[in-house]
Amino acid sequence: MVQSTKDNLAPLHLHIPEPKFRPGDVADFSDIIVPPVDAHPRPDEHVLPADIHPLAYGLVRVLGDDHAATGSWNPGLDVATLQVMLRRMLLLRAFDDRMFRAQRQGKTSFYMKSFGEEATSVATTMALHFDDMCFPSYRQQGILITRDYPLVDMMNQIYSNRGDRLKGRQLPIMYSAKAYGFFSISGNLTTQYPQAVGWAMASASRGDTRISAVWCGDGSTAEGDFHNALTFAAVYNAPVIFQVVNNQWAISSFSGFAGSERTTFAARAIGYGIAGLRVDGNDALAVYAAMQWAANRARNNGGPTLIEYFTYRGEGHSTSDDPGAYRAAEEYALWPLGDPVTRLKDHLITIGAWSDAQHDALIVELSEYVKAIQKEAEQNGILGHGLHHPFETMFEDVFEEMPWHLKEQCAQMLEEQEDKFGPDWEAR
Amino acid sequence: MSEPATKTMNMIEAINSALDVMLAKDPEVVIMGEDVGYFGGVFRATAGLQAKHGKTRVFDTPISECGIIGVGVGMAAYGLRPVPEIQFADYIYPGLDQLVSEAARLRYRSANDFICPMTVRSPFGGGIFGGQTHSQSPESLFTHVCGIKTVIPATPYDAKGLLIAAIEDNDPVVFFEPKRIYNGPFTGYYDRPVEPWSKHDGSAVPQGYYRIDLGKAAVVREGAAVTVLTYGTMVHVVKAVVAEIGIDAEIIDLRTLLPLDIETIEASVQKTGRCMVVHEATRTSGFGAELAAQVQERCFYHLEAPVARVTGFDTPYPHSLEWAYFPGPVRLARAFDKIMKD
Repeated sequence: MVQSTKDNLAPLHLHIPEPKFRPGDVADFSDIIVPPVDAHPRPDEHVLPADIHPLAYGLVRVLGDDHAATGSWNPGLDVATLQVMLRRMLLLRAFDDRMFRAQRQGKTSFYMKSFGEEATSVATTMALHFDDMCFPSYRQQGILITRDYPLVDMMNQIYSNRGDRLKGRQLPIMYSAKAYGFFSISGNLTTQYPQAVGWAMASASRGDTRISAVWCGDGSTAEGDFHNALTFAAVYNAPVIFQVVNNQWAISSFSGFAGSERTTFAARAIGYGIAGLRVDGNDALAVYAAMQWAANRARNNGGPTLIEYFTYRGEGHSTSDDPGAYRAAEEYALWPLGDPVTRLKDHLITIGAWSDAQHDALIVELSEYVKAIQKEAEQNGILGHGLHHPFETMFEDVFEEMPWHLKEQCAQMLEEQEDKFGPDWEAR
Repeated sequence: MSEPATKTMNMIEAINSALDVMLAKDPEVVIMGEDVGYFGGVFRATAGLQAKHGKTRVFDTPISECGIIGVGVGMAAYGLRPVPEIQFADYIYPGLDQLVSEAARLRYRSANDFICPMTVRSPFGGGIFGGQTHSQSPESLFTHVCGIKTVIPATPYDAKGLLIAAIEDNDPVVFFEPKRIYNGPFTGYYDRPVEPWSKHDGSAVPQGYYRIDLGKAAVVREGAAVTVLTYGTMVHVVKAVVAEIGIDAEIIDLRTLLPLDIETIEASVQKTGRCMVVHEATRTSGFGAELAAQVQERCFYHLEAPVARVTGFDTPYPHSLEWAYFPGPVRLARAFDKIMKD
């Protein structure tokens, strides 16, 4: 056997992705291609995935630079629905602002805003049925807000107080609300992806009519569970909608560390033989239209769709990081796809259904509303100030029935509280 | 060769220094993980290292713990010495198959044909209001696996010397960093301010190369009444409680859980006749169970009381009730009281 020879081979080179802009640079997004509205018209929902590959590389848009809603993807929503959509996005923004500030005031340990990505949780949820099941990541508080989950319950969870429906167990924003079709948030990444497929498979196997929708970020697509999920969904043609909120940043790592230098996230669908759509994530109407298309498809046994929302994380990953340490300042202001709230507002103004004065008044109204609910929530306590669920609840729900060793440990813990706080410990 | 100059460092700075020293000393060392490159890690452990040593030596990775550890095994097969970071120990589970089935058994199954000199660094432990996905202490999952060494430092000085020894070790090492004491030795008295490392002996760290051999415990306080076996954050909690209640305890910081320094443990328990095991991790099947069994097997006829375990409870780490969960001063004081009466 003759082995291959090694003569005159060029040395290999390891490629390490690098974002185009870092602190000190002025971002320039002129290389981002923003195609015109309807560059790829809306296909029939029964289309074969192989026939719509361009949609995985394009950008579904409805709202043009003139703020008009046009083209085949235009969902044709009435004015009242558009106003509700705007109101919910503004309410989400007001809620985020208030809770971020509460964390900074030391009232809780952690918070994450969804600033700049509001459309991807609000408009999507509006296109689903209330009984469809959502499997969110940690930045889709807009689902709960859109489904009218009580804000005071969200705040109680954030404060881990005695009113918290999750008994103070979870990190702030890791909500759970089964009655609202909102799966418990893990904190570990992309674990919800195969779970959403399993839920959809179960629904299909029972002849149900409900579908599931799941969200993750661009960075999280690297997790094995993302690929496990797409494989299972393709194999079983599961009625599930995969959504990748591509907000460009995973803490300090730009989307290139999830593979965006080579292809789009929507194009991941192609290898699995499922439908893939790439959507302007800051165009609330395009987001709605894409979700509606995918939901119709799933309901008609057309199988899964992978939607990428191309958007931008307007602020830090969470209260624990300062984006000024790793990305250029003002990136959000320079983002070529604008701000989702502003774009929807401009559209409503353009069609004569809204005004700047109404908008400003609504911002004030929602801010006051959130503030009032915050006061109500804080009557149940804030983190670390005593008003929490009873100590013994720590041992509940590990199992349906408490085994002997947990009963022993619970008794020990209660004795410790008495040692620590004295005879009045139960008041703590 | 003159003694390298020392500098006051907190634990993050000491870890950063260990990585810096090894990147300079050994061209095969590479560091990778989520946010470890330009940003320098969410806890700043790799700050400045990419700028100094280059992008192919210190780089960001996709968010895939399975991928990070699996790639590390492959790099080691080539001949590199990877030092991946898993951002929180709570995130290590997707990488378990690559650690347990691959890294840990590669030497054995290939009869030394392939080895895996990889050190997986990961912040672990609670006391930071991190909830159930940012607070866990999974060390006993790794001590239970044949073929992985498990190391947990309790001071900046030890962190640097142990990390260098771990990187130089030719077997896979899981190096858990107690994040609660990154900036200062937390004593468990959570309502008191935490002193910075600069006021603590363990913060005088040589700037150059030195190593603390794996498998060697440290007696951090000599005493005659009871032996306390512990590691990580709990070393400082135990020290504070022992000082507070005035008990003559001998405190052993294990530093390496596996391989275990059984000689130091045996000598101490045979001297004191009492043994308490303290860890933050959940109790059942925790590393304390192994320690209690070892002590019972080797020191039974010297024991004057049952071996005691002081641990976290067998629940997920709760958010709001963190201090009722944490094995703090009250739980320790009660245990000392009981073991001395037994």
